Amino acid sequence: MSEIQFEIDGKEVKATEGMTILEAAQNVGIFIPTLCHHEKLEPFGGCRVCIVEVEVNGWTKLVVSCVYPVEENIIVRTRSEKVDRIRKTIIELLMAHAPDSPQLQDLAQEYGADKDRFEKDASFCIHCGLCVRYCAEVVKKNAIGFVDRGINKEISFIPEIAAKECNDCKECFPLCPTSYLQAAFVLTEALAFPPPSSEPVSEE
Amino acid sequence: MDNDRIDQIIDKHQGEASSLIQILLDIQSENHWLPKEALERIGEKVQVPLTRIQHIATFYKAFSLVPKGRHEIHICVGTACHVRGATRILDTVEEATGINPGETDLDLKFSLETVNCLGCCALGPVVEINGKVHGKMSPGATAEVLKNYE
Repeated sequence: MSEIQFEIDGKEVKATEGMTILEAAQNVGIFIPTLCHHEKLEPFGGCRVCIVEVEVNGWTKLVVSCVYPVEENIIVRTRSEKVDRIRKTIIELLMAHAPDSPQLQDLAQEYGADKDRFEKDASFCIHCGLCVRYCAEVVKKNAIGFVDRGINKEISFIPEIAAKECNDCKECFPLCPTSYLQAAFVLTEALAFPPPSSEPVSEE
Repeated sequence: MDNDRIDQIIDKHQGEASSLIQILLDIQSENHWLPKEALERIGEKVQVPLTRIQHIATFYKAFSLVPKGRHEIHICVGTACHVRGATRILDTVEEATGINPGETDLDLKFSLETVNCLGCCALGPVVEINGKVHGKMSPGATAEVLKNYE
């Protein structure tokens, strides 16, 4: 593995080829906020909160650090004025969906985001995909997935699989940044779980 | 649609997971919709989790997870057709079939859908039934055409 040398926030950083900027930053203790990142899962690039400014040959561009592979001699800025401004807007957009998420509230305080800037569309899910990907990649049960697309996209349990697997697992629950996952599970349990067939039927 | 026919379609695509969309399209065009049992069958045969099939089947508008009628009516309400009176055509069809766009009647005879352009604006207003394009339609002509479908 060849070693790549570059700069994050004025600090010289060494990383191996194929690493993402986020991983390299975490290795040297530079904090980049994330919502959809999880060390056990493949990079997703869904929440865009980890956006950073990258300078290549004097040109700067904004990239999502959790999916951008490190390159030789790039200069990464994680807290420039521009990055902060855009990150603030991203947080505000996410807060239109989940205004009461503790993680989002912390970020909002850090970046001065106004949770009421955009009209509320309380879908509660911010499509970070943590539950969906955790179930597919780590637990390998595929009990939950995305359905539909665009503004109608949402998470959905498969009742037959969820009824069998989820009660003993629930490992995805603490991952959810908004607690919508728990609500979705309870809804599925109440509305769509197949009736337990083995239970004796009362004949009174 | 029975399992044998589904298996045939899957075999036609060598049971490849990468042909998933083609398999779904074949079943959709033959059966007019994708029943849950069919999706489960495909999932088993090509080794793709049901969540993934569900994601794809809800992502593309070509797929339907609810039963569709034998005849699919698409009424163009794009700009050109609109100024040439597509709304009146739509009203006629709604009246004749008793359904609104996005719906299917109880006899599973017609499904009605509006589209935003069929790409033949010179023929506006355009009605497409089962893939056949009827151009320069008037409310009267539309009602006549609908009578041809059983």
